Amino acid sequence: MTAPSVLPPPPPAPHDELELLLRLGDDRLVLGHRLSEWCGHAPILEEDIALANVALDLLGQATMLLRRAGEVEGKGRDEDALAYWREAVEFRNCLLVEQPNGDFAFTMARQFLFDVYAVVTLDAVSRSTNAELAAIAAKALKEAKYHVRHSGEWMLKLGDGTDESHRRVQGALDELWRFTPELFAADDVAARLAAEGIGPDLPALRAHWHELVHDVVERATLTLPHESSHTPHLNGGRAGMHSEHLGHLLAEMQIVARSHPGAKW
Amino acid sequence: MTQTRTAPQDDPAKVAEFEARIAAGQSIEPKDWMPERYRRQLIRMMSQHAHSEIVGMLPEGNWITRAPSLRRKISLIAKVQDEAGHGLYIYCGTETLGVDRAELIQQLLDGTAKYSSIFNYPTLSWADIGVIGWFVDGAAIVNQTVLAKASYGPYARAMIRICKEENFHKRQGYEIVATLANGTSAQKAMVQDAVNRWWWPSLMMFGPSDANSPNTAELIKWKVKRRTNDELRQRFVNLTVPQAAAVNLTLPDPDLAYDTESENWSFGRIDWDEFNQVLRGNGPCNRERLAARRKAHDDGAWVREAASAYAAKQRAKQASEAA
Repeated sequence: MTAPSVLPPPPPAPHDELELLLRLGDDRLVLGHRLSEWCGHAPILEEDIALANVALDLLGQATMLLRRAGEVEGKGRDEDALAYWREAVEFRNCLLVEQPNGDFAFTMARQFLFDVYAVVTLDAVSRSTNAELAAIAAKALKEAKYHVRHSGEWMLKLGDGTDESHRRVQGALDELWRFTPELFAADDVAARLAAEGIGPDLPALRAHWHELVHDVVERATLTLPHESSHTPHLNGGRAGMHSEHLGHLLAEMQIVARSHPGAKW
Repeated sequence: MTQTRTAPQDDPAKVAEFEARIAAGQSIEPKDWMPERYRRQLIRMMSQHAHSEIVGMLPEGNWITRAPSLRRKISLIAKVQDEAGHGLYIYCGTETLGVDRAELIQQLLDGTAKYSSIFNYPTLSWADIGVIGWFVDGAAIVNQTVLAKASYGPYARAMIRICKEENFHKRQGYEIVATLANGTSAQKAMVQDAVNRWWWPSLMMFGPSDANSPNTAELIKWKVKRRTNDELRQRFVNLTVPQAAAVNLTLPDPDLAYDTESENWSFGRIDWDEFNQVLRGNGPCNRERLAARRKAHDDGAWVREAASAYAAKQRAKQASEAA
């Protein structure tokens, strides 16, 4: 039996905090980029404006998170170095956000699943023992609450709209569901961060997320996909194992910056 | 709109009273009597303006996904979003004249309504984003500052609000241009190339020369327009020449020269054949722009139907709960 320690636990290695910042930042960078692809092509002018708003919030959050990641890393990389000069395997976003936009139902279902996830995780991170991180999360949480209202309303409109919209959004939910377990899977890094009170306790948040998602899905007259042992659980984004889609997204995003090394914009 | 294209005869006494109000500098409001021609000219101008904002989202939107820094990406999305907002705002202003947005949008998609010829040119490099902000928003400001004094109240007020944002866009564009002009040799070449491509189309934005502008005289009489196309074009050139010099960029016109007598920069001949070709639908991107708008509209049809079906169900539910 070991004697009880009188010393506080050692602070987590900067590596863990960096990982957390990249995971949070890359989710928002990639999803903000995806939403910005809609700009000028939305079903209605009001939605061009709304989708751009959400994209702007997410990219603003990504900027803060990646800037902080660069500071924590201490190698002189700023948010642009991290966004524009990393390879796909170095990105730490979940697979859900990198999936291509598809139709409006697919974009909204993806957004809704993420927005609920953002609200529950940011709420936890806003109480982080790491003050910098808590402050960023608190600000982002306010925005995420608006986002989930927007995507949640669209889930209702599409689910309980016409037969076609119902079919499309149900299909999108069914298609995207396999990417949701990854959101709450805790690897060693996430487990250590949660134990230290720095990061969210992801597996513990899942039930609340599920409840919030279920409530809207039910009111939208939709059905949550059944999970069985046969359901493929896709994950790996947090470790850099992405879908093929991310490489194309980054090729487009990074092309100008990478064509001019050392240039200022 | 109306079934027939010929304007009904207006009561001459009312026209005289209307013109006296205009001459006295009064603002015309939606509920005021106005000649049918006045109403139609405003619908034409305002809807063209709104369409230009909407189509204008496309050439700049083309670079959102490739903007070279997060700050630039964010400000470009915000700019394109502002354009959507301007479009929405001007469509609402046009609705005060008794047409609805859906009808106006249908005219755009049918190809029967016009929009600014400038948006039929392609954006080929990142520098185009800077140069569009500088030239195209700069030209829009010259136009709209004057339109902010237009006799129709809702249009004038829309212009005041929109001009503030356009000023911000122009500064942002010029700042991109200045950054590139002070950058690497590749960046300098990129921005000079963009200036070369956008200069003449920007001058064409002011419309045909006064001698060939069919609508100008009437619009000036009714104080919808307060300056002619050529006057505004000259003002834009006078403002822009020193701005180009300040960042060591050359404007692609060997005839550009300062005329001490008129205190104007005189410039070379505009290629009106090109302008007319673009207006006729034969510019480099006319087809792509309309195709993109039609695709967004068609692909979005089921979404709009779902939103109205949902709203109808909600209304029915509320009615049955109230009963």
